[in-house]
Amino acid sequence: MELLIQIIFFLLAALILGAGVMVVAVRNIIHSALWLIGSFFGVGALYLLLEAEFLAVVQVLVYVGAVSILILFAIMLTRDVSGQGERLLFQRWWLALLVAITLFAAVITPTLLAQSWNVVPPTGPIEPGQPTGIAGALELGRGFVHEFLLHFEIAGVLLLVALIGAIVIAFEERNRRRKVLTLAEEHELRKRREQTSDANASESALSAPGHPISQSE
Amino acid sequence: MINAVPLEWVLTVSAALFCIGLFGALSRRNMVGILMGVELMLNSVNINLVAFWRYLEPRFITGQTFALFVITVAAAEAAVGLAMIIAIYRNWATVNADDVDSMKG
Repeated sequence: MELLIQIIFFLLAALILGAGVMVVAVRNIIHSALWLIGSFFGVGALYLLLEAEFLAVVQVLVYVGAVSILILFAIMLTRDVSGQGERLLFQRWWLALLVAITLFAAVITPTLLAQSWNVVPPTGPIEPGQPTGIAGALELGRGFVHEFLLHFEIAGVLLLVALIGAIVIAFEERNRRRKVLTLAEEHELRKRREQTSDANASESALSAPGHPISQSE
Repeated sequence: MINAVPLEWVLTVSAALFCIGLFGALSRRNMVGILMGVELMLNSVNINLVAFWRYLEPRFITGQTFALFVITVAAAEAAVGLAMIIAIYRNWATVNADDVDSMKG
């Protein structure tokens, strides 16, 4: 059983970190967003392994369901899909790499070496009012209407403010809006453009051999 | 889980994910890529919170509550950030962070 949990943990860690590396390394931004979804799923499964079921569900709903779709829509609206011929990273990306690796070393060295983490969960006599077992969705819901009520409402207000702010920022006035062509109009436009280019081509083909002056114009 | 996987393994995964996200946020030119790096960092922080909750105080809900609030703030941040990216794209016709330098001295 322990071996199984360890294997699952290592698979999840590989999924999370591998997908994370792909997110920052892949050139195509849509592929990057899809790898990000994979990383979110891995984190959700890790929550499940850590016995935080409610958080796992919230992770899948909010991150996989909402945030990643939001990111995909933003990519679609900004239309910089492939990134071909563009530089992927800043010129001094190695500096960022240095910062990241240094931070990792600085954080992980004292964590692993200078600290012993054989923590014992607080045992001993449980007082009558104290909760027992692992806190789940029931305790969480009870906490949200008692001790964390104010925080809960502040979070709701924050979401409302962010919603209104996002609408205000992304709002575009009607008279500044670019005209979006329907399919028929686009077809018409393309036909007209082809006709004019054909006419130009035939004109230049006619004029090219005999009239070198018209070329220089 | 507690007996099979020691706490520091989870912390190592979380720290590595944070550093990957930090590298992405610092080095990518695409603004959506920067935002994705920030999301990775927030996720790693959440892993840390849940791990400490599970190993140290599983009977109390404080750790999970904090992680839920982090998720809330991350969702709000993603909504506002992507709206800003769309607004910037409309005015500058670019999504590269170093092309938007109108406040440069």
